[in-house]
Order: sequence, then structure tokens, then C-alpha cells
Amino acid sequence: MKAKIAKISAVMMSILILMIPMTAFAEETSYTYIYDYWGDVQDSPDLYSVCRVFTSSDLGLDVMLKNPQSIYCYKDLIYICDSGNNRIVEMKRTSTETMEVVRIIDSFQGGEGPNTFSNPTDIAVSEEGEFFIADQGNARILKLDSGLNYMMEFVKPVDNTLDKDLVFQPKKLVIDTAGRVYCIATGINKGLVKYESDGTFSGFIGATPVDFDWTDYVWKKLATQAQRALMESFVPTEYDNLFMDQEGFIYVVTGAPDDADLKTGEADAVRKLNLIGNDILVRNGEWNIVGDLYMGSGGGYDGHSYFADVTVLDNDIYVCLDRNRGRLFGYDDQGNMVFAFGGAGNMDGYFRQPVSLEHSGYDLLVLDPLDGAITLMIPTEYGKLVYQAIDQFDQGDYTGSGESWEQVMQINGNYDLAYIGIGRSLLRQERYREAMDYFELKYDDENYSKAYKQYRKEWVEEHIVIIVIVILALFLVPMTVGRIKAIKHEIDTDEFFTRRN
Amino acid sequence: MISKITQNKTYQKYLDSLKFALYCISHPLDGFWDLTHEKRGTYAAANTILIATLLMRVLKLRYTSFIFMRVYWEGLNIFLYIASVLFPFVLWVIGNWALTTLFDGKGRLGQVYMATCYALAPYPLVQFPLMIFSNFVTVDEAEFYMVISALSLIYAAVLIVVAMGQIHEYSAGKNLLFTVATLFAMLVMIFILMIFFSMISQGISYFVSLARELLFRL
Repeated sequence: MKAKIAKISAVMMSILILMIPMTAFAEETSYTYIYDYWGDVQDSPDLYSVCRVFTSSDLGLDVMLKNPQSIYCYKDLIYICDSGNNRIVEMKRTSTETMEVVRIIDSFQGGEGPNTFSNPTDIAVSEEGEFFIADQGNARILKLDSGLNYMMEFVKPVDNTLDKDLVFQPKKLVIDTAGRVYCIATGINKGLVKYESDGTFSGFIGATPVDFDWTDYVWKKLATQAQRALMESFVPTEYDNLFMDQEGFIYVVTGAPDDADLKTGEADAVRKLNLIGNDILVRNGEWNIVGDLYMGSGGGYDGHSYFADVTVLDNDIYVCLDRNRGRLFGYDDQGNMVFAFGGAGNMDGYFRQPVSLEHSGYDLLVLDPLDGAITLMIPTEYGKLVYQAIDQFDQGDYTGSGESWEQVMQINGNYDLAYIGIGRSLLRQERYREAMDYFELKYDDENYSKAYKQYRKEWVEEHIVIIVIVILALFLVPMTVGRIKAIKHEIDTDEFFTRRN
Repeated sequence: MISKITQNKTYQKYLDSLKFALYCISHPLDGFWDLTHEKRGTYAAANTILIATLLMRVLKLRYTSFIFMRVYWEGLNIFLYIASVLFPFVLWVIGNWALTTLFDGKGRLGQVYMATCYALAPYPLVQFPLMIFSNFVTVDEAEFYMVISALSLIYAAVLIVVAMGQIHEYSAGKNLLFTVATLFAMLVMIFILMIFFSMISQGISYFVSLARELLFRL
């Protein structure tokens, strides 16, 4: 009896153990990571390493940076909007890891009104070296020539839909090659404010779409006046920052949507606007472009990644800066995550509240106003290899790209993009069977089907003789057998033979 | 040796009853009537079909093309996966029997079980070739797979309903009514089971804490 109970309990125990899902917990996650097909965090080697952190004293500034809001790169010059000190610091990158202050811009000549800045929040420099400065405190965007002489200013748009009392507060701006200005202004949620090069306001573009579903309508009907006032109003969200890529498309980011909308993809954290303000960002990745997929609270941080800035590298990889957790997220032109790294903290490579991101070549510059410091990050060997593989593919060097991805995979076997990259390169080299294996490993059904279609075609062409023979045999054998049987039957039942017996 | 087995009478009966599943799914009304009334079905064949169904579901995980089925193996519990079919199946059989036996249904518990198993036959029969087929298609042709796969499930569901009507000797209207009633009975059973388990676990935890308290004091 006792033995029997022991046996039964042993079986029960083993079933229980088997029923507990196997989970592995990593002790510590790496600095850089990516999300795989399943949305699991996969550790990754670093694509970027901190080259140097420049503080005010490193730069030799006599007045410390105070709440700087924006950083801008123009050739080898770097501009920082030192908003709290109402000045702009112009610096020059003298070598990979050194920068020195060239001049401090705090006033200009000519023009009406004050010839100093008040809370300058953003700067852009045109090809000709003209400065465009969002002078927020003075409610204007200034255009200065390279010698800092006043040229013109862009003021509050004349538009009937705008509140008359609204003070124009330009926050962020970009300029295109024709000298048009696109700006984000605090309190204006109709999209980007667009000015022609002569300073006339020509409209708002690229407002976020507002969705309003019927349940909201019913609720609003049922609610009292007071409840209605407390309800969320359905207006487009304001953008937080923008960047113009080399082709003239404007990337805009916003941190305003709520977690649920970002998860379902109803709202976007990043959009790529064309000339008429339509969103043309490619979202072919497995996951929405929202930064961290896990939005719960943890480690003192809560909610989704708040994209405060975006920058687009020359190979169309765009990097978003998460103000909430101090992280950077890189995505390729198809919307696949290339890397994610960073965190909150005081160590090099960690941030407290980064607000602005800029790139110079493949190097990234992050501005953190709480630290009052600029972090310069440069690609590691591994990062260069990833970029090389992507560039080679874009240039049509498929064999080379495949080899580079191969090397990437040697270093990081958890990198989905490497497998798909190798597969795509094999596909272009018409090695379909091998390509299929790589796509299958990372669940890329579209590419797998492309490869399989070709493979199937080839296979059929090669084996056409056998296929025809098999099909013929399938038809002919039963037919002949039937025929023979019929003849046999006829012979058996024929009078000529039966009469004899 | 083999001929000896095939000559065996029990084996012959088993094979015939298994083949009868094909007749059942092609002629449901006639087939399911004969299943119990003419004693054409056997429990052995019913068990075989049920096991084939469960096996098919597990096999599909591994051998269906990844275009249709992507398995997160780390999160898969094979027992729970099998139970996800077996548990509703058992609930259905018990729920249906418990209800129909009160409303002059002619089928006994075993017959309800047997008929339900026989009605599942299209699932393994369709899914197995479909599983092999799935490995030879691209995403553009995925619709074929989806449609046929859905049809096999609908077919099995219709067969279950028809089978119940035949073994209980119900009219079509009464049959449909009891199908819906059985679904409710399943929900009620789940509810009772949940109450039962939560009460048991609370009861056990009471005695466990009592024992702990005693151990601390001693």
C-alpha cells in the first residue's frame, strides 16, 4: 500500500514538474540589446561605445551649460542651444575625441526688437551657413547670415484657426534646401508650421490622425457636462521633435500617445512625413516602432519609451532617443530594430534626462541637460560591421553583404537581422535552398516564400521527366489493370471457352 | 504471424468499426444511427480516433510549415496543450449525457463518448494531408490551407451535433436546443470546478497553517 502511494505521488510530482513552464532568467542584461521575433530581450554586443563625455569644464566654458535644449551638427561644427544662458555655443570637432569651443553666439546685429536671444531652443544651419534659430522667449524664428547679421524673422502664423491670445513659442525647427522652415511650436497641435523661404506662413502639415470610434461617441452622449469636460478631448497630439533626412523627408517623434495605443499600433511614436505631410514610414518589422516593448513600471520608471528626439543616419537607419529611460533605439528603413542600448544613471553611456540627439557620420551625440553634458558615442567594430553589411546590400554588393552578415552572426548568434541579411544575400545570389533555411530560422515568411517559389520552380524544371512519368504511371497503371481485367473477364465468360468445360 | 492477427475475429471487428468511421462522416444521419443501434461502432475504434486527433494536434506543432504555425517552444506545455482539447471534450460528453438523460435521450454515456469520437474523425483525416501540403506552399497560396483547415473543424463540429441527434433519437429542433444547453452545462461545470478547486486549496491551506502553528509551538 505504502509503495503504491509512493509510486502515485512520484508520478504526480513528475507531472507537476513537467507542467511548470521552463523559464530561464538572465542574471544581468547587457548594455545593448534587441527584441527577437517573439519580443524577448536578447543580449547583444555593443554597437556603440562611449568615446567621451564632454562637460562644461571639459569644453572650457566659463559659464556652465544651463538647461541646454538642442544640439545640431553642421559639417564639423557642433552647435548647442544653451537655452538657460540665452546663448548658442559653437564648437568644432578637432579629432575623433576632442572638441573645442570656437565662439559663443549670444547676440546679433541689426533687426528690430532685441538683438539677443531669449531661451533659444533649437538651431539649424543652411548650406550657405545661415543660421535659423528658434528664439522661443521672443516668439520668433530668426534667420541670421553667417556673419551673424539679421536677415529676417518668422513670426506667429496668421491663421484664423489659431487662438488670438496664443503666444507663439517655436520649439524645434528644421530647414530644407530651399530655405523653407518647418517648426514645432508649443500649443499648436495642427502639425508642423511651414514657412516659405520669404517668411510667409504657408500652412500646417502632418498633424497626427485623430481616431474617434463610436463607443466614445456614445459615452460622450451619455455623460454630463462636467464629465465631458474631464474626458480626453480628441485632438491631434503635439510633436516633440523633428529631423530632416538627406532626402528631404521629415521624421517626427512624439511621446504623447498612451501605452495601449502604441501597443496596438493605433498611434505612432515616429512618423516620416513627405512633402504633403503624409506618413510614409515603412513598418515591416515584427514589432511596432515604440522603443521598449515592455511598458510596465520597474526600476522607478513607468510607461512607454518617450521619444524626445530622432536622427537619421546616412544609411537610412534612424535612431530615437527615449527620454523616459535614457535609451537609444535604432531602426532600419524597413522598421526592424537594429539596436537598443542605454539606461538611466550617472555612468558613461547612461543618461539622466536626455533631450537631444544628433549624428555626425555614424557617431552619435546625446545632450543631457540635467548633466549638462554631451555624450559622444562611436560605433564599435561590431557596429561598423553591421552598418557595412547594410550599406553593402543597399549598394548591390550582395555577396559582400552576405559575408559581412556572416561575420556579424559569428559575433552575435541572437541577431535576427543577420540571419535575414544572409538569407537575402543568398536569395540575390540565386542560392534559394540555403536562403530558405535562414529565413525559416527567423520566421521571415515573405522572404521564405520568395525563395521557396524559385526553388520549387527550379525543382520542377529539373525533374520534369520524372514528374511526367509518375503522373502517367498514376493514370496508366490503373487503366491497363482495368483493361486487362476486362479482357480476362470477357475470356472467362465467353461462350467459346465455357461451353467446352 | 501477421496473417494470424488479421484472421483474428476481434481484430476484424475493430478494423470494420474503424472503417465505419468513414461511412459515418460521409453519411452522418444513417451512419450515426447504425453506430449505436446496429452496434457498428466499438470503443477501441473510438479511442483510436480520439488518440489520432490528439496526436495530430501535437504533430501539427512540429511538422506544419512555419508560415502557418510558429511555436514558442519555451512557453509550450505539451500536457496543457493536449488538455486544451481533451478537457472541453470530456466536459461536452459528460454535459451532454447529464442533460439528455433527464430529457429522454436514448444514448448512454459510453455511446455519447463513442459518437463524439467518431465525429472527430475528419480532423485527423483532413489535417494530416494538409500538414504535409503546408510545407509546399508560399504565403500567396496560404489561403488554401486556411480554408481547408477551417472546413475540417466546421465539418467535425457539424458531425458532433448530428451524431448527438441520432444517438438520442431527437428531432432537429430539440437537438439544436440541447446543443446550446450542453454548451451552458459545460460553462456551469467549469464554474463548479473552479469553486471546488479554490475551496479545496483554501481548506488545505487551513490545515497546513494549523500544522505550522503547532510545529512552531512545540
